[in-house]
Amino acid sequence: MTPVHVTAEVLASKRIGAHQHLTLVAPGVGERFRPGSFVAVSVGSAAERWHLARRAFWIHQVRPLGGYAATVTLVVEPRGPGSRWLAARQRGDTVEVTGPLGGRAFALPKEPVPVLLVGEGYAAAPLFTLAERLRERDCPVSLVLGAADEAHLLSALEARRIARSVTVVTGDGSVGARGTVPDVLPEALRRSGAAVVYAAGSTPTLHAAALAAEEHGAWSQVALEQQTTCGTGLCLGCPVPVVGEEGVARTARACVDGPVLRGDRVRWGDLR
Amino acid sequence: MTVTVAGLVLASPVMVASGCAGTGRELAGYAPLSTYGAVVTRSITRDPRPGAQVPGIAETPAGLVHATGLPNPGLDGFLATELPWLLTEGARVVVSVVARELGEYAEVARRLATAPGVSAVEVNLAQPDAVAAGVLDVREPFHVGAAVSAVLRELPRGVPVLAKLRPDTVRVAEAVKVAADAGAAAVVLGGALPAALPDGRDAGLSGPAVRPLALRCVADARRALDAAGATCDVVASGGIVTPQDARAFLDLGAVAVQVGSALLHDPTTAARLATALSTPEVTP
Ligand SMILES: Cc1cc2nc3c(=O)[nH]c(=O)nc-3n(C[C@H](O)[C@H](O)[C@H](O)COP(=O)(O)OP(=O)(O)OC[C@H]3O[C@@H](n4cnc5c(N)ncnc54)[C@H](O)[C@@H]3O)c2cc1C
Ligand SMILES: Cc1cc2nc3c(=O)[nH]c(=O)nc-3n(C[C@H](O)[C@H](O)[C@H](O)COP(=O)(O)O)c2cc1C
Ligand code: FES
Repeated sequence: MTPVHVTAEVLASKRIGAHQHLTLVAPGVGERFRPGSFVAVSVGSAAERWHLARRAFWIHQVRPLGGYAATVTLVVEPRGPGSRWLAARQRGDTVEVTGPLGGRAFALPKEPVPVLLVGEGYAAAPLFTLAERLRERDCPVSLVLGAADEAHLLSALEARRIARSVTVVTGDGSVGARGTVPDVLPEALRRSGAAVVYAAGSTPTLHAAALAAEEHGAWSQVALEQQTTCGTGLCLGCPVPVVGEEGVARTARACVDGPVLRGDRVRWGDLR
Repeated sequence: MTVTVAGLVLASPVMVASGCAGTGRELAGYAPLSTYGAVVTRSITRDPRPGAQVPGIAETPAGLVHATGLPNPGLDGFLATELPWLLTEGARVVVSVVARELGEYAEVARRLATAPGVSAVEVNLAQPDAVAAGVLDVREPFHVGAAVSAVLRELPRGVPVLAKLRPDTVRVAEAVKVAADAGAAAVVLGGALPAALPDGRDAGLSGPAVRPLALRCVADARRALDAAGATCDVVASGGIVTPQDARAFLDLGAVAVQVGSALLHDPTTAARLATALSTPEVTP
């Protein structure tokens, strides 16, 4: 999965709820992607370089569009300076992107075992292509989707197409049950009989997913969102405390040793 | 465009700065490592260091503030795996070293002296968070001289020492003269500027924000060395991104430039710079 650095062109930009769905023509990025890989975006024009740190975004979708073989769609939640800048890009604008990044994407099971996918807000973005890959392997897919409110919930309709069972939970109860993802996890796990839990969301949610999986004797694969200054493995500034193969504590790099890690490998108490 | 830096003939005046290329592997995917005049490794210590356990990089206007804690596999680990790999990839390798005290500098240099493929040694006397990182805190010019001598004494002829110094405009003239007297074949100006992270941790400031300061240091260093009749080269580091940036430093007498944080922003920066500098500037 050798990443490339390209000047991407915005092919489409669509507001859906609280998110901006941005489709990019980024030659070489989509062709090589795996569910759980991400792109690093430069904020601002290339000449400006006011923001040196890059912003990471999950690859949500890769599909042929407008004559291009593999366009890349990102789901951007405008929050701070970087995401607001990106969300404001219009059709025809250019954006510097590097990708696909990540040394470890979601690992797929060898057997057709039941799986539970857990996504929170925009972070559910990589789970849809993951679900497709899992279904190709005949894994029964269950899905938990959560968000603060309906506007921040990602594609619940699409979810019902790809998963055999979908649990929706929102903080304000605007759609689905009222509560948080961790609230509904144990029940969803029990019903799905999942052997693997795939989770993407805030750190507390990932931690909850890892714990719940462990209690149910399931494996977990968590997609961490640690701040990634470069995203490419160059700056050594994205430490994740983990337990290595031999059981010894070591420090992994979120961007190249992750961003997807086994939940039982992360030393959650030491994670900042 | 070949250049001679510290007596070494390099394929390009563009070098990869210390600590901004991961292990080298992560950069190799974007351009062959032979593209660069040299790849300076992250600073290697005698013993392995895990580095900071909490994220230590923050963004600031046109800059990065960083305290990554010098993560590296230690000299043995570096010599066993990273160095051979860099060499098979065709990189010209400059090993950056940093130590707690002079004896440790000498010990590290002694072991590097027998390692094949080390083109030069860059002594990191510019660690911006030296005390917090637990390495020699270079405050006085005589520290520079002592560390350069300690390393140089152990190295075979033909393996030059580059002294990387703090971009301290007040004392730069004095520091470069001491480095040259001690036998440094080049000075690198400068490292990251001493700064602090938003939470107050000691750190370094890098990026375009420090470029004017680095430019001043390079100018003063070249002047001071010329006045003293020293043959020591000046290598520039600090906020270099574009060909214009690089040319400004070369015009002031630097023989080469190092690209650091710009690589974190765009991993192809240094390769593109090398290409741009190898074609003559078009004057309108
Ligand atoms: C693997 C991964 C995947 C992600 N996927 C998505 C996604 O699909 N959709 C989405 O909306 N968001 C995603 N994010 C979060 C996204 O990268 C940004 O962090 C988020 O958009 C907020 O950035 P911001 O600049 O808008 O603002 P803020 O978070 O408000 O930034 C505040 C300040 O923090 C500093 N800062 C921000 N990032 C960095 C950095 N990398 N290094 C140093 N300093 C920094 C800057 O000074 C900035 O001004 C992902 C993050 C990771 C790590
Ligand atoms: C994340 C990071 C890590 C660095 N690590 C080292 C290091 O290990 N040794 C060293 O001598 N300089 C280190 N530096 C300093 C750079 O090599 C360079 O001298 C400095 O950042 C100024 O150049 P720049 O503006 O091009 O980055 C580091 C810089 C950054 C941003
Ligand atoms: S973000 Fe730079 S090494 Fe991971």
